[in-house]
Amino acid sequence: MSKDNQILEDLTSKEYEHGWSVNMEADEAPIGLNEGIIRWISAKKEEPQWLLEWRLKAYKTWGNMNEPTWANVHYPKIDLQSLIFYSAPKQAKKTKNLDEVDPQLLEIYKRLGISLNEQKRLEGVAVDVVLDSVSVATTFKDTLGKLGIIFCSFSEAVKEHPELIKKYLGSVVPMTDNYYAALNSAVFSDGSFCYIPKGVRCPMELSTYFRINAANTGQFERTLIVAEDESYVSYLEGCTAPQRDENQLHAAVVEIYAGAHAEVKYSTVQNWFPGDKNGKGGIFNFVTKRGICAGDHSKISWTQVETGSAVTWKYPSCILKGDYSIGEFYSVAVTNNYQQADTGTKMIHIGKNTKSRIVSKGISAGKSQNSYRGQVQVMKRATNARNFSQCDSLLMGDRCGAHTFPYIDINNPTAKVEHEATTSKIGEDQIFYCNQRGISTEDAVALIVNGYAKEVLNQLPMEFAVEAQKLLALTLEGSVG
Amino acid sequence: MSTLIKQDLFEGLLESTHSGFENSRSEAKTSYLTQGLPAAKAEEYKFTGITKKLEQTFPQLSPAKPFEVSAETVKSAIFEGFSGDVLVFTNGKFQPSLSSIIDGIEVSLLSEKSETAIGSIAKPGKDAFCALNQASFEDGIFISVPKKAQIEKPILLLSFNKENEGAAIQPRVWIEVGDFAEVTFIDQSINLSASPYFINKVVEISGAHNSHVHYYRLQNEGKNAFEVSTIETDIQKDSKFSSVTISLSGEMVRNNLSLNILGSNSEGNMYGLYLLNGKTHVDNHTNVDHTVPHAESNELYKGILDDQSRGVFNGKIFVRQDAQKTNAFQQNNNILLSEDATVNTKPQLEIWADDVKCSHGCTTGQLDDEALFYLQTRGIGKDQAKGFLLYAFAGEVLTHIEEENFRSYCTELVQARLGSKI
Repeated sequence: MSKDNQILEDLTSKEYEHGWSVNMEADEAPIGLNEGIIRWISAKKEEPQWLLEWRLKAYKTWGNMNEPTWANVHYPKIDLQSLIFYSAPKQAKKTKNLDEVDPQLLEIYKRLGISLNEQKRLEGVAVDVVLDSVSVATTFKDTLGKLGIIFCSFSEAVKEHPELIKKYLGSVVPMTDNYYAALNSAVFSDGSFCYIPKGVRCPMELSTYFRINAANTGQFERTLIVAEDESYVSYLEGCTAPQRDENQLHAAVVEIYAGAHAEVKYSTVQNWFPGDKNGKGGIFNFVTKRGICAGDHSKISWTQVETGSAVTWKYPSCILKGDYSIGEFYSVAVTNNYQQADTGTKMIHIGKNTKSRIVSKGISAGKSQNSYRGQVQVMKRATNARNFSQCDSLLMGDRCGAHTFPYIDINNPTAKVEHEATTSKIGEDQIFYCNQRGISTEDAVALIVNGYAKEVLNQLPMEFAVEAQKLLALTLEGSVG
Repeated sequence: MSTLIKQDLFEGLLESTHSGFENSRSEAKTSYLTQGLPAAKAEEYKFTGITKKLEQTFPQLSPAKPFEVSAETVKSAIFEGFSGDVLVFTNGKFQPSLSSIIDGIEVSLLSEKSETAIGSIAKPGKDAFCALNQASFEDGIFISVPKKAQIEKPILLLSFNKENEGAAIQPRVWIEVGDFAEVTFIDQSINLSASPYFINKVVEISGAHNSHVHYYRLQNEGKNAFEVSTIETDIQKDSKFSSVTISLSGEMVRNNLSLNILGSNSEGNMYGLYLLNGKTHVDNHTNVDHTVPHAESNELYKGILDDQSRGVFNGKIFVRQDAQKTNAFQQNNNILLSEDATVNTKPQLEIWADDVKCSHGCTTGQLDDEALFYLQTRGIGKDQAKGFLLYAFAGEVLTHIEEENFRSYCTELVQARLGSKI
């Protein structure tokens, strides 16, 4: 028993690795939220009139909405009027060359382990980094440009490819979708835009790194990925934040559009600051992610490893509109201490012969609450739709909770839908077996947890899989229920 | 989320006064008025728009009066092969003259047992309909099975329902089963009505230490029946509760079946089968609350849906922090036979303890073409082959009816419905 306690103690006292912040001068919007702020942000970003109007419309819609309360999470009310809605590191001039980037910035990313250095081609990952509210650097732009791939910050895209933005912005996640999506539509500051032209297979992983550095800010970024017919792209997203006592808000929107025969793979390793062991501080992560398989035979795959955030509220979804389209969702959500996660997916089958697969692995430790909330909906004309869902929960410690809320709505008799879920802890017999083979209890737990999450981790691209495994180890290694 | 606007629908009910249980009634009335009837998108009634349906069907719901039935009607209504005692109700009111007196069991009107803690098991705060019943039921029945009583023959709770100067029928049943006692109830209703009626039923069951209660239900009241029923059971240490709910027809049926496991080493079993056609809408909400360690619960609900019917299943297993070593299983399988049939299912787990084994499974699909083809190659016609396969699917639930006569009666009904009679 005492050993268990010791191990739990170790577990809860593990420190958040990315909890540093760098004192940088930042260009910030005045505190609070009103129409003036939106105009201020829009002017600051030198946006065209139509976008400003779009924002204002979203702001109006948002004003008529209420904060959702149905999720299985509890947190103090967020006072939006005390937040700063825009914060940009002061470096002013546009940089083309990385040498011109603020060395302090480079230091931040060096500590994050992200190479902004184009010389390091070995890594083979094109990165767009978003610090606080704005995108600071995008690598490998020229290489990608030769293939016709557009990968740049959102504000740049607004200026250079307004027709694309106009066409796709809000097409998958309309501004009226939900409270946080509307808020994001009104105040989004920057994000990444990615466009893969017809028939092009993106030769490298595209990646966005989000980092909240400034205090008291909300981060509202927007990612838009458009994959035209017969194209392919794999996209990675990583997030970290400094350790602060107060809660910070992150309300992002990700939209994916996949044309016929296109495939988009979207992977996230979310490692926002989860709050300290007493549940103080941490990020509120209220994100709307949705993809539409618009064309026939298209495929969207979401993979997420969620280890951070004080409160997570996130449901990456697929609208399977094209016939024979495929949606996938792989998730590992780890909660510890006082973290709360309410996460899952929505698979909406509209086209014929559509398929979806959901694999969700929840791990709760400490005093955390981990909920899976998912919906599988088969519309009337979605003949021969197929879904398989599996959501497993692993509990460590007797003060945590695991909850499953699957919604399954079937309107077509040819649909084949299966759902299964289990909840358990690591078996004593499993540990004992490992002990017998000379594996210490701590290693055995790591082994079992890794095996448990393997199905999802295998879906991650190489670079991320390593990081995700490290993260899992950091949060859970050696914990015994 | 609830609405307070349409309370006039039940004004007639709330205005009528009944003697007894004044405190419980007024508490329930307040609870009902604060909750209001479920609004269109209320989470608990998401797919069952009962409020709207009632408003569309009934201009006003005032209490239906009890009526007389002849001994012949009762006799002909009892299913073939039944042997045991019968308690007869008309529009929820107990009819002692038509009922048999059961040796060793105390049966009386609820109004004669004013000390009964009604509402202590099925709490009015949980559901508006349950609160409405408690506030305005006319009279109910009190059944007490003493300690160590082994009641071998089943007790048939036979209800006759019809619209009679009002359409709201509110039966109220209180059953308490003593230590080491075992008893079987069969709950069946007969529709004698030419026009629609609404049943709002509440059954509270208390199972003492080492008791075993079997509760079987057959719902087959046809198109005129709108029903919301709340059946809630508390069981103590070492006891067992088994229920089987068979739903064959009804316009809109909502079953709230809850089990609170209050003593360790207990077991709860809930089985259900719904065979729906036409525009029948059946919603099964089950809730198992594990509050203590070392208990087990099993749940299996199966449905076959044809025409424009709709089946809703919402199973909830709640494992509290102290309920270590809990084993809980839940399964829901559905077959859709037509383009217009719909299934909404939500098997839900809420686990607050770590040393538990909980799982749920849920499938929706259609018959396996290969199995159908195999039977056809053996010279069995397609329709009959289909019937066989459907019966094979549904039959699993029927095997959990331990009362033999009732099982064969249900089997016949199911086979006739599925066209799988041999």
